[in-house]
Amino acid sequence: MKAPLFGATFNRLFGHGWLGAGYLFLYLPIVALIIYSFNASPLPTVWGGFTLEWYRKLASDREMIAGLWLSLRIAFFTACASVVLGTLAAFALVKYRRFTGRTLFSGMVNAPLVMPEVIIGLSLLLMLVSMQRWLGFPERGMLTIWLGHLLVGLAYATVVIQARLQDMPPSLEEAAMDLGAKPWQVFYLVTLPMIAQALMSAWLLTFTLSLDDVVLSAFLSGPGATTMPLVIFSRARLGLNPSVNAVATVIIVVVTVGVVIASYLIAHAERRRQQEVAAAARANP
Amino acid sequence: MTTHPTTGESAWWQRIVPSGRGVVIGVPYFWLLLFFLLPFLIVTKISVSEMETVRFKDVLTLKEGLLQLTLKLSNYVFITQDDIYFKTYLASLKYAAVTTALCLAIGYPFAYFMARAKATIQPALLMLVMLPFWTSFLLRVYAWKGLLSENGWVAELLIGLRIDQILFAADLIEAPGKLMNTPFSLVIGMVYTYLPFMILPLYANLAKMDLRLLEAAADLGATPWVAFWKVTVPLSKAGIIAGSMLVFIPCVGEFVIPELLGGPKTLMIGRVLWDEFFSNNDWPLASAVAVVMILLIIVPLAIFNKYQAEATEKRS
Repeated sequence: MKAPLFGATFNRLFGHGWLGAGYLFLYLPIVALIIYSFNASPLPTVWGGFTLEWYRKLASDREMIAGLWLSLRIAFFTACASVVLGTLAAFALVKYRRFTGRTLFSGMVNAPLVMPEVIIGLSLLLMLVSMQRWLGFPERGMLTIWLGHLLVGLAYATVVIQARLQDMPPSLEEAAMDLGAKPWQVFYLVTLPMIAQALMSAWLLTFTLSLDDVVLSAFLSGPGATTMPLVIFSRARLGLNPSVNAVATVIIVVVTVGVVIASYLIAHAERRRQQEVAAAARANP
Repeated sequence: MTTHPTTGESAWWQRIVPSGRGVVIGVPYFWLLLFFLLPFLIVTKISVSEMETVRFKDVLTLKEGLLQLTLKLSNYVFITQDDIYFKTYLASLKYAAVTTALCLAIGYPFAYFMARAKATIQPALLMLVMLPFWTSFLLRVYAWKGLLSENGWVAELLIGLRIDQILFAADLIEAPGKLMNTPFSLVIGMVYTYLPFMILPLYANLAKMDLRLLEAAADLGATPWVAFWKVTVPLSKAGIIAGSMLVFIPCVGEFVIPELLGGPKTLMIGRVLWDEFFSNNDWPLASAVAVVMILLIIVPLAIFNKYQAEATEKRS
């Protein structure tokens, strides 16, 4: 920047300080959570030496493991369905500038991003209860939780995929169409490879959102369908619990490693694609 | 796309099988109407019906061959007359507004310095903001319970710096040294959780800004401080509004954070709804609480939708 706010050195130091303090604020709780998962003391905030006791207990914690298994299955199906519906919704919004009720449609896609979850959970549950009274299904359980997670997942997936579709030049699809490709061929051969990274990001994001959700699951779960966040939440409500710290550490490590690897692969694929585009441009000047 | 290339006539089956366009728009549209819009209509309906012993009465009933409409507005009368609901709605709006203001005050400089950092490290900085966002929100809120409890790291630090005295004087905590289960711990938790939602749209906005505009302002004699307020801030208006709505609206109805960090005395409407539903099993009253909450956030929601739509129009 040509004109610094208060003089270059002060400006840089202030900027670094602000960023550093901000990241400290964002990461301090995570670090504390991990450190206290190895705490041997019975008092949760007093350090009493190193132990792996809580992890050993976690391995035989049936309630938590059953919850994890249920959560993983719901998150998997939520992520897959969110990406499919989100792709359709993003296409509808980007490719078709006008259709009947477009404003209502974009409103319904965006609203779950901010709508308080207690409202979504309550209204969806009451509808499903009414539906069950008329049709005899669905029973509250995995399916109903999935429906709730899908509503929020669809919104997030659409935003991610929409951003990618908008940055994509329409010339490539038009060229394919001019060369005689049918619409579905254009989609599979041109569009899909170009938005593949966005689909991957959307899948991961909706997977983690579903894996984390408490409120929608609490409203929509039935007897016997207790997801892992519900187990964690019921323990956390009662107070500090080292078993929560241990499960938190496992989740944080797995998610961090997963996200870092995925974003590395996505960035790598993107670079290679750009190199190929550049090479093709050089070959056909 | 559905017509024959030479004759221009549709094949008979093409009239039955929906077109590509129809499927692309129709499937998500139908899904959202069924699982997003319809539930709100049902909630509104239930909020004006009466609770019976096991199930609530239908609004429309057939009585002696005549369709009868019974609207019970008693739930709404109850909400408006009982002082506690009014206070709780007010408190929720207040906490959400304070959280939004704090997120903006912390997040704007943060996003600004991120956007002006070296281009090579910006992806890493962005990744570091996103990463906590990917890891469990529930667990990160729970972590604050440990940090703010007695002997917790942040509690020790704040008490050591005598900041608890200031917080006590400002009536944000109940007693010096007791930080958990207070308005203070609630707001810390909400600011912490929603800060990335403020930073990300602001960063996206500030990173795109044309820096030549600042040079032009400097050439025209503006000091950097003036240029910041007259050029940078107005240009980032869309980011400020998007970020503020992303923080404010969900905060109004927040449940998990007040439940874990707010203690029994901090009033939040999300908890009232939860208790009416799960503890008192009063579905019509819970529905009425939800309908009033929707009415409170409908204007911010409309603003959010408008800016979200405008942002997508502009980019393409």
